[in-house]
Amino acid sequence: MRLLAPALALTFLLPGALQAAEPPPDAQIAALAERIRALEANAQMLQSQAAEALAAAQAAQAELQRMKTAQPDPAVAEVSVTAKAGDVTAAANQFNPSIALILNGSYVNHSKDPLDYRRAGFPLVGEGGPSANGLRLGESELSFAANIDDKLYGQLTVAMESEAGETHVGIEEAYIETTALPGGFIARGGRFYSNIGYLNSHHPHTDYFSDRPLAYQAFLGNQYGDDGVQLRWIAPTDAYLEIGTEAFRGENAPAAGAAHGGVGAKTFFVHAGGDVGSNNSWLAGASILHADARDGEDGFSGRSNLFLFDFTWKWAPHGAFKDSGIVLRSEAFIDDRKGVVIDPQDPLALAQSWEGKRRGAYVEGLYRFSRSWDVGYRYDRLWAASSGPYASDHDPQRHSIAATWHNSEFSLLRLQLARDEPQAHFLDNVFTLQYQVSLGAHGAHKF
Amino acid sequence: MRKLLLWMIVLLGVLAAPVEAKLRVFACEPEWGSLLEELAADTIDVDVATNALQDVHVVEARPSLIAKMRKADLLVCSGAQLEIGWLPQLLRQAGNARVTSAAGNFMAANQVTTLDRPASVDRAAGDVHPDGNPHVQLDPYRVLAIARALSARLGELDAANAAIYQQRFDDFESRWQAAITRWEIKAAPLKGKAVVVHHSAWIYLLQWLGMREIGSLEPKPGVPPTSAHLSSLIDVTKAGGAVAIISAAYQDSKPDEWLAGRTGVPALVLPFTVGGDEQAKDLFGLYDSTIDRLLGALK
Repeated sequence: MRLLAPALALTFLLPGALQAAEPPPDAQIAALAERIRALEANAQMLQSQAAEALAAAQAAQAELQRMKTAQPDPAVAEVSVTAKAGDVTAAANQFNPSIALILNGSYVNHSKDPLDYRRAGFPLVGEGGPSANGLRLGESELSFAANIDDKLYGQLTVAMESEAGETHVGIEEAYIETTALPGGFIARGGRFYSNIGYLNSHHPHTDYFSDRPLAYQAFLGNQYGDDGVQLRWIAPTDAYLEIGTEAFRGENAPAAGAAHGGVGAKTFFVHAGGDVGSNNSWLAGASILHADARDGEDGFSGRSNLFLFDFTWKWAPHGAFKDSGIVLRSEAFIDDRKGVVIDPQDPLALAQSWEGKRRGAYVEGLYRFSRSWDVGYRYDRLWAASSGPYASDHDPQRHSIAATWHNSEFSLLRLQLARDEPQAHFLDNVFTLQYQVSLGAHGAHKF
Repeated sequence: MRKLLLWMIVLLGVLAAPVEAKLRVFACEPEWGSLLEELAADTIDVDVATNALQDVHVVEARPSLIAKMRKADLLVCSGAQLEIGWLPQLLRQAGNARVTSAAGNFMAANQVTTLDRPASVDRAAGDVHPDGNPHVQLDPYRVLAIARALSARLGELDAANAAIYQQRFDDFESRWQAAITRWEIKAAPLKGKAVVVHHSAWIYLLQWLGMREIGSLEPKPGVPPTSAHLSSLIDVTKAGGAVAIISAAYQDSKPDEWLAGRTGVPALVLPFTVGGDEQAKDLFGLYDSTIDRLLGALK
């Protein structure tokens, strides 16, 4: 191009110069004319070369355009081979296994010293007692979960708790579960929370209150879990129907001592549920926990049958509970026991035989009025036995109200007030301020 | 008790013996329900899990959905983690191996390239999806690619009707292509226009129509609008020359109206999915309604 410009200038200037020098025709002029012709030819050649180059460039551009248009839409071009075998659960998290961490802490103020706390007719078992006074780090929960292969899913939940300066690390759940059994069957093995009742299979961080209902504390030591196996079946019906059974080692309350060669507890459960219109859904269940106890924490040895009935009703506009809705839930417990009781405080005491029933229930309601706020009320009640070693005239009861603020799905701050009457003439007013956050994998919660 | 349970199982097994030969499909969102209607109306049964007035990010794993999942032969969802808050739970509880992987598991976002893939996944940035923006139903080219893959999948699972699926897809493709041409001509005035969005759910639509997003009411994806953030949007909306503030039918439009009142820019509720308004009865209606409403904002 740099050559082309002066060449073109010459082409236009020189013919003019030639005209001016026309008259004297001699050899010099002829030589000059010869040179001019040569220069003209040269310029013409350059011009045509430039034109050719331009044409080539244009052609290349057109070719590029053709290539561009011939290529399919980039949005639809990339259909990967792996996409066909797309596996939702594997894609559930960037990490494999997915890791979730629950942190919580609280400030609790009891009007009565928790050390003086006795529950009439229901000796404290497991973690069923009141929380300690003052500032306190709650249970931190770390959980790993993933599909192991095409047929198994595995989950580990470790709970870390600091009590009186000592840190306890415990395995809450560690189990494997089938994902590919035919006919709607699911089998599970390891350590896990039993599927009886409603709250029992739910981790406490999904609760609407900072503590479990009295019935859970009294009959199940807060939550019943142990080493065991589970088989459940989902019926191929229009309404939801789940039937299952479990066998546990029988080490934890209400079982104790791993009776029957280490198969000391068995359960059956049935859960059913469905929708009523597009705003309401319900879930109901009936379960039984049959446990054998040898020298239990409450001094009981013998067999116990615990019957649980649970019912949940959720109302939410268009089923979108995140923004607003009402939940009503109730569970009722009947504990039927036959055996002997030896006062655990006094090993020399005589064994008293005992056969009797105790009952417990709670009713709770939660009103969520925005994505950020909900308020709840719960009434707890236990009915002590009227005769036998646990006999009591007083029936423990408790009222709790809670207001919870959710900054996002992953963090909450809860204020809870409770009026607990575990024994006659003992009224414990409890103020609880609790935070709870979840980090890591976006856990999908059960209904 | 044990005997009773056994009898119940036997009874239910008898009652539930498979009599229906039709393919049962569980569609997570209405747009895929509608697409399945186009591709296989008479040869399959479709259960649509959600409706246009629900926020599919936060649906609950309700018992009724577990029951539907239990019976499904094919699962059709958006994927890209849109349903991560409930779908894994449904799958785990339903005990249905047919839909957990391989052929019975169809994720729309896996069939196309997604936009908005974050460089890093950090909750401080809100509810971001590591697999990219999952709201792919508002780009007609992507919908077509998904339809092609879905039709092939139907044919694979239900080989007896494969010819029907192929024929129905061909029919859908020609109608859809014609509709795309019509929509693109109609929507030409929208090119280059700016909008403020409620949630970052419109990227595919805006990219297709050549429109620009200049702000979002949610300070971070999935975090509800705050008053401070809304105030900061007043200038952005005015200076950027936004033609509309758009939200989906399921969203609370109060923040949109607040901003509209202070800027004079109209708040526009778009159907977002099939069933989001009267006109959006199917996929075609969804696009018709969306473009009509956007054009309406220009007047």
